[in-house]
Amino acid sequence: MTDTLGLSAERCVALLDARELSCRELVSAYLDRIDAGDAAVHAFLRTRREAALAEADRFDHDGRTGLQGVPIALKDILCTKGEETTAGSRILEGYVPIYDGGCVTRVKAAGLVNLGKTNMDEFAMGSSTENSAFGVTHNPWDTDRVPGGSSGGSAAAVAAGFAPLSLGTDTGGSIRQPAALCGVVGMKPTYGAVSRYGLIAFASSLDQIGPFALTVRDCALLMQVICGQDACDSTSVALPEPIEVPTAERLDGVRLGVPSDLLAQGVEPGVREAFEASLAAAEELGARVVETTLPHAGYALPAYYLIAPAEASANLSRFDGVRFGLRLTEPGDTVHDMYGRTRAAGFGPEVKRRIMLGTYALSAGYYDAYYGMAQKVRTRIREDFATAFADVDLIATPTSPTVAFRIGERVDDPWAMYASDVLTVPVNLAGLPGISIPCGTSEGLPVGFQLVGPAFAENRILAAANALEAALGFDPRPPALVAAV
Amino acid sequence: MAITSDDVLHVARLARLRLTDEEVARMTDQLSTIIGHVQELSALDLAGVEPTAHALDLTNQVRPDAARPSWPRAEVLRNAPDPADGGFRVPPTA
Repeated sequence: MTDTLGLSAERCVALLDARELSCRELVSAYLDRIDAGDAAVHAFLRTRREAALAEADRFDHDGRTGLQGVPIALKDILCTKGEETTAGSRILEGYVPIYDGGCVTRVKAAGLVNLGKTNMDEFAMGSSTENSAFGVTHNPWDTDRVPGGSSGGSAAAVAAGFAPLSLGTDTGGSIRQPAALCGVVGMKPTYGAVSRYGLIAFASSLDQIGPFALTVRDCALLMQVICGQDACDSTSVALPEPIEVPTAERLDGVRLGVPSDLLAQGVEPGVREAFEASLAAAEELGARVVETTLPHAGYALPAYYLIAPAEASANLSRFDGVRFGLRLTEPGDTVHDMYGRTRAAGFGPEVKRRIMLGTYALSAGYYDAYYGMAQKVRTRIREDFATAFADVDLIATPTSPTVAFRIGERVDDPWAMYASDVLTVPVNLAGLPGISIPCGTSEGLPVGFQLVGPAFAENRILAAANALEAALGFDPRPPALVAAV
Repeated sequence: MAITSDDVLHVARLARLRLTDEEVARMTDQLSTIIGHVQELSALDLAGVEPTAHALDLTNQVRPDAARPSWPRAEVLRNAPDPADGGFRVPPTA
């Protein structure tokens, strides 16, 4: 039987092209691995064995090309026609969308075979996947630890060999941070590069869908599938140049900016060590590492935790028990009683906290003092990046200030949990593209290296990440899983 | 600025969230802590700075104004908790 652990999408394509494996055999190998291993990880909320095998059989029968027949897993916040989509929330339990999201349509058109929907923090609010209404996801590197979040299921699925590719969403780091904590590649595209049609909204000015993969080249292949303008999302834009699958092996002439002020935000020593070793590797490849500044980046976290909850409080007002999802009501209730009862039972503690925070920040008398102020800080942060990119090609930081933390460690301290995002949120506020690639380990757990570029510089980021990935030679297979085979 | 339990109850009403007494107590503490952190922003001089609502400078992106079929009513009502007479039935509004 094929070992799917560490098997890249490119390798899957090669096996299929050479007819060493049928699509059914490939898809079965992944489904069997999920059946055997997901009890310990809980990456998936639902798998779709019969449907996936039927799709595989069709490619085996009709012939295939490109990515057709390669498996993928989708975060359960992406609407899939006729198949339950919950966003990790009780309030959407049993909700069956009547349409496919824009990027789901693209994934299907490319012939990728959806294995199932992955676990996530409820409505993408969290950094550990502990906020799912349907149970915690465990990190395949150490099941006592979190996989990061909010796209923890999608990151864990790729790390554990359950799927070679997956999709997540990144509002403040929800792709890059779990990619870092699970030792896989995760990319947040430029805001607007991927349609948000059919993405259940958290913070509309920040949300962006993006890929998880084992390699940078696989990540680029999936970017080619999902990027593109969609008439159903008026904030989506066409990329100025097509995504290229990178071949770069050198970084000659690339100016890598390291923002010392952002790194002063409390990066643990083991993470800093792996990051600095990777910078040295980049220099060996010809990059010039220079210090840069993002003077307002330290204010990104407080600005984000006003802007994102404010947008969320408005977006989540649609979950009221009227048109879909949960409804709780008792005899004699008015519609207002029904709203309050339904939302009290349907939302978990973190979602309630964010709705409350956002409603407060937008309420009469506080709008200018909180939301308005945060939006001005957002302008400063955009200006900081623009200034920095006048002198550097890419900005490099660790992705997360720490390695994967223990399950339960931060659940009672919201601000400690929010601080997981300190190095990723500035990128969302500025709408920029960023990638996290695994760059080493600390305490036996993966460390992520983040590269951020100007808007629509995806190819520049992918090229540099590809060169660095080859030099670092990170093995993305969790040692405990390798030993188990 | 500390958040009081009255503030929490007021905001919960605005947000159409019923909170238990225990949730009100916990929310009062946690929101006070979070608001304490976000108030770091007031240290910045932001006079004359334009707010950013959106990272991309996009205006009036429109698609062709062409008629197309709407979703069939039965489809739209498929997820309705209480469909009736082709609509969404709700409890009395008052």
